[in-house]
Amino acid sequence: MTRVQAIVRHRLFWPVVALVALLVANTIKNPTFVTLRVLDGHLFGAIINLLRQGAPLLLVSLGMTLVIATRGIDLSVGAVVAIAGAVGLASVAGAPDPGSLGAVLTAFVLALAVCVLAGMWNGFLVSVLGIQPIIATLVLMTAGRGIAMLITDGQITTVTSAPYKAIGSGFWLGLPIPVLLAAAVMAAVALLTRRTALGLLVESVGINPEASRIAGVGSRAIVWTVYVVCALFAGLAGLMVSADTMAADANNAGLFIELDAILAVVIGGTSLAGGKFSLSGTLVGVLVITTLTVTVGMMSISPSVTPLFKAVVVIAVCLAQSPAVRERLAARRRRAASTAAAAAEVAA
Amino acid sequence: MGALAGVRPRAVRSFRLDRRYLPVLGTLVVLVLMLAVGGGRYDGFVSGRVISNLFLNNAHLVVLAVGMTFVILTGGIDLSVGAVVALSGIVAAVSFQAGLPAAVVIPLVVLVGSVIGLLVGVMVHVFGVQPFVASLAAMFLARGLCYVLAPESVPIRDESFVALSSWSVQFGDGWRVTSAVVIALVTLAVAVWVLQRTRFGRTVYAIGGGEQSARLMGLPVARTTVLVYVVSGTCAGIGGLLFAMYSRSGYSLTGVGMELDAIAAVVIGGTLLTGGTGFVAGSLLGVLVLGLIQTIITFEGTLSSWWTRIVIGALVLVFVVLQRGLMGRRTT
Repeated sequence: MTRVQAIVRHRLFWPVVALVALLVANTIKNPTFVTLRVLDGHLFGAIINLLRQGAPLLLVSLGMTLVIATRGIDLSVGAVVAIAGAVGLASVAGAPDPGSLGAVLTAFVLALAVCVLAGMWNGFLVSVLGIQPIIATLVLMTAGRGIAMLITDGQITTVTSAPYKAIGSGFWLGLPIPVLLAAAVMAAVALLTRRTALGLLVESVGINPEASRIAGVGSRAIVWTVYVVCALFAGLAGLMVSADTMAADANNAGLFIELDAILAVVIGGTSLAGGKFSLSGTLVGVLVITTLTVTVGMMSISPSVTPLFKAVVVIAVCLAQSPAVRERLAARRRRAASTAAAAAEVAA
Repeated sequence: MGALAGVRPRAVRSFRLDRRYLPVLGTLVVLVLMLAVGGGRYDGFVSGRVISNLFLNNAHLVVLAVGMTFVILTGGIDLSVGAVVALSGIVAAVSFQAGLPAAVVIPLVVLVGSVIGLLVGVMVHVFGVQPFVASLAAMFLARGLCYVLAPESVPIRDESFVALSSWSVQFGDGWRVTSAVVIALVTLAVAVWVLQRTRFGRTVYAIGGGEQSARLMGLPVARTTVLVYVVSGTCAGIGGLLFAMYSRSGYSLTGVGMELDAIAAVVIGGTLLTGGTGFVAGSLLGVLVLGLIQTIITFEGTLSSWWTRIVIGALVLVFVVLQRGLMGRRTT
């Protein structure tokens, strides 16, 4: 097999092609798309903006990748995003001095603790009670937004607090804090899963839970942990989303983020049937989805048409990755190879 | 228990309830309990008006849940139904605006649903895409098409359509049946007949019980898998029509989250999400339970509307856990 063929057959080839095509289209439409400016020691530009917008989705998708690798799914992340924002902002609003670092840190810890509880709940339903993940997390998905409403008392809580706002739109070393946070989380997940046996164990649970249990893998603990981790990351994303607007909107914060995250994971080549997962694939998936959303805005098309473009990308990528199409392509390649070989034989 | 059952005479055994009916019976008990509690707490709760309204307000959801039952019975899922409701509503509104007669528009609207369903079915079966992802793509597609067709709400003023939607029969003390309820109940009856009395229905159950075995038994698994999504899409088309009759307009934001209500209704109605077990009638009861939660919260007055979501979530949980208990380890 030649090197070109190897690249074309790579799992991430088509998603990366889609991403590059989108970026090129943006640059053609608006040449300043790729330029970066330094203002007040911070980097600015469309690309930086894109990364900043994609940070919450990346966090949610990383957690989702791990959950999907264990053959699960977490539909409740959108609700958890809303809950985290509600708890965080409500706690800051209730503090005597909303602007102080202490109040903000307390709020963050409190919000993330609530999210860990949500994750433990999901994990308990799935790993201990053995309820199907899609239904177990549907419970929190339906009830979660109601709970967030309960916390904010049905209002859209708004607060002014500079340190809180920083997690959504602050800069550090010239880069946006959300991007740095998401990158740090991704690096941590990559190190933990790829430099230790943890990733292998997660995959083995996804491929065959029963066999891994018999082989001595603590299936239950692993499944439980991934739901907690997923909710924790969703909570962090929720803090970013709420800090971006400084308003806890229980109805709309993180709406449909679970679908985008699942989409990112699938575009990245991780199968919903569990088993092997690819963190770099998820990163590419998140970039494709975020760029798509940004592109629709850049092309001055109404943002409400975004779902249509998303549908086209999902259908195209899913079909390109589907076993039926791959087999047909492989068969054609084999046939071409065998006729070439036969021709060579005849010539000899 | 098995040994005992063997000793017992046949006549006694026939009194034993089939385990399959237990979840549906549970839903019925919950429904009756809710009616009893509501009737005890509020004046005029168990009245013709309230019960009629329960059907009136949820006619579209009944049809959606019926379609969803078919898909879930095969072990699949269809997330596109809410978006299809919006799309078919908009198609109806836009084509009425263009001056097409109701005799053309109504079949067209239902057909829109069938085509989207066919798309999902083909993606699921021919291309081996997971139902979750395939129907998600269809959901995005339908939502996107809604905005392309009409970003704003489009009113429906066609005379024959308005006449059809406002047709109703009143009888007794406050009882009322509208054309939407009739359509929903007819759909339900057809679905019951198809699932229990036709070869297609038996195949649906067989696929849910075990796709491999169904294939080895020579059942038309391919055709049936595609068809259940067509059924679900068609039901979503009919649901969209009913919703358009209810709201007399088409709007791209209708039905957001409606797929979850439909899935919740099916689950509360006792259908297993792994497939193979469940009844359409159970889904009807599930929809009525969901509607009754809403009614009780309205009657209560002091409770905020967000309690609806929490109660629905809790109810889904209770039913799923109960099902686990009833079905034992079979679902894993």
